[in-house]
Amino acid sequence: MTMNNQGRPTAPGTIEANELPTISGDRGLMHEEPLIFELGRPGMTGVDLPEVQMSEARLGGMRRKGPVGLPGLSEPEVVRHYVRLSQTNYSIDAGLYPLGSCTMKHNPRLNEKMARLPGFADAHPLAPQKTVQGAMEAIAQLMNWLTTLTGMPAVAMSPKAGAHGELCGLLAIRAAIEARGENRKRILVPESAHGTNPATAAFAGFTVDEVPAKGDGHVDADALEAKLGLDVAAIMLTNPNTCGLFEKRIIEIAEHVHRAGAYFYCDGANFNAIAGRVRPGDLGIDAMHINLHKTFSTPHGGGGPGAGPVVLSEALAPFAPLPLLVHDSKGFRLIEDRADLPEGANPFGRMCAFHGQMGMFTRALAYMLSHGADGIRQASEDAVLSANYILASLKDVMSAPFGDGPCMHEALFDDSFLEGTGVTTLDFAKAMIDEGYHPMTMYFPLVVHGAMLIEPTESESRESVDRFIHVLRTMAEEAKAGKTERFGGAPRLAPRRRLDETAAARKPILRWKPKDLPQAAE
Amino acid sequence: MSEVRFTDQHEWVRIDGDSATVGITKYAAEQLGDVVFVEVPEAGRNIGAGGEAAVVESVKAASEVYAPIGGEVTEGNTALADDPAKVNADPEGEGWFFKMKIADKGELAKLMTADQYAEFVKGL
Repeated sequence: MTMNNQGRPTAPGTIEANELPTISGDRGLMHEEPLIFELGRPGMTGVDLPEVQMSEARLGGMRRKGPVGLPGLSEPEVVRHYVRLSQTNYSIDAGLYPLGSCTMKHNPRLNEKMARLPGFADAHPLAPQKTVQGAMEAIAQLMNWLTTLTGMPAVAMSPKAGAHGELCGLLAIRAAIEARGENRKRILVPESAHGTNPATAAFAGFTVDEVPAKGDGHVDADALEAKLGLDVAAIMLTNPNTCGLFEKRIIEIAEHVHRAGAYFYCDGANFNAIAGRVRPGDLGIDAMHINLHKTFSTPHGGGGPGAGPVVLSEALAPFAPLPLLVHDSKGFRLIEDRADLPEGANPFGRMCAFHGQMGMFTRALAYMLSHGADGIRQASEDAVLSANYILASLKDVMSAPFGDGPCMHEALFDDSFLEGTGVTTLDFAKAMIDEGYHPMTMYFPLVVHGAMLIEPTESESRESVDRFIHVLRTMAEEAKAGKTERFGGAPRLAPRRRLDETAAARKPILRWKPKDLPQAAE
Repeated sequence: MSEVRFTDQHEWVRIDGDSATVGITKYAAEQLGDVVFVEVPEAGRNIGAGGEAAVVESVKAASEVYAPIGGEVTEGNTALADDPAKVNADPEGEGWFFKMKIADKGELAKLMTADQYAEFVKGL
């Protein structure tokens, strides 16, 4: 054994990580954390409270008969519990997060600093408006950025996320159609759309009509035109689309849609590819949500709430939901009532109780101001460059269904390179976990078999992307060479091995039940 | 002797006189992977050819099952609700979805024979 002159071994021993079960159940610093109800002791409390000075009980029949069912833990136990849980999480702060169509970009710390300023962080939605003029000015500035970047005249700030924004856009479209005295019930959605698009259309009371995709990954513009008619309310299109391609015929599509008296909804999930380069208003789009949590770097995916403001065209602007933010000689104010509406405004209603996610607004505005218009443009360019670098570096070993031309901000592969290897897209994605990466988006878009959709974003350095490419390249080469040990049953090194999705769906255990723990909440 | 026909949406239909039994093909079941949920139509429902008749969900995808021909549903295979695995184990037998009374036998001519369907799947 190699040791230093104090007798301390300097070379590692030879026990394989998985061979020997540990005594505690934890695996080194990877903790096996139980539920909080399985920790501590019932009735234990972390604080000493003075004896209650009460002469008579006044609860009568409301008096509790059984135990209340709360866990009993001290403060350090509670802290440890949640810190340990957080350590099993993978986040953009831990590593590259190539989940396609999700734009998992770095969340700059400056954003966090700004969002924590008490004037923003402590602003209450019911605070008198004259006391929160600064916060309202920040919202107005953000609105100005959003309308400028998109070339659209109006923006509704209250939607809380992408799908909520879609709903806002479709409700504005429905209001516009009703205002014309028409009854249009059909919405055209391409096959490659995000699943939320048809779901939103159905939820808003429309019927969904699917438009096929062409073999080159673009929406079939001719089929779309053929489906247009007097009963079509709108189309919902994503550009760049979910195959990572720019819909080149989009202006022509918009013209056909408008000629048919319908509206053009654009899913803004992929705005990070074009922000600062293309203004959706110039493409003929009538409504588009902007995922602040994707394009403008506010945390998401378990890291925080989203925000999905919706920009609206001239035709839809009058129908924007309440509240409206206006600026006049008396400063900034919110119009909450129909009685106070300015000339021409005809809101379809409200999306939610208040005016939006102040924390997300502040972060997004901090991102915009710190990057500037040129920085936002460069971020989009770098995001596209990164994705193309990955596509170009891997398309000889993995199969890229639309690899002939450049892609936008995400690189799409299918599973034909795995044919005959016995390895599936799922195996490939799970093996990435063992390599310390969050898997890419898999089996989406649906129009590509065994799809793997990789969006690196502009946050990654050349070195980081090179490491990622090296890992994927080696995995692909091994799979093709028949070296498939690392794929079967992967992940091997995560806190949990491969989950049995079938059993989870067929025999779901939806509720934890204690064995003999009286403190469990009922 | 019963006759089986196929659709390009991967349903099969077995004809016994006026009655037809409908399910999804072995190919469809394999493509879907483990089926976890099935919703079959209730008896008495009238469905046109190509109309949405049932829903099948696997760990990978959810899809509609369309009626290969028009007619009135006479029976849904309620056993699938408790044991959707039957669709994977025996898609063209015990894993049938529903039976219907054929409205117009002429519609059968538009469907594929077993050989034609095998050829169709090869081309996918």
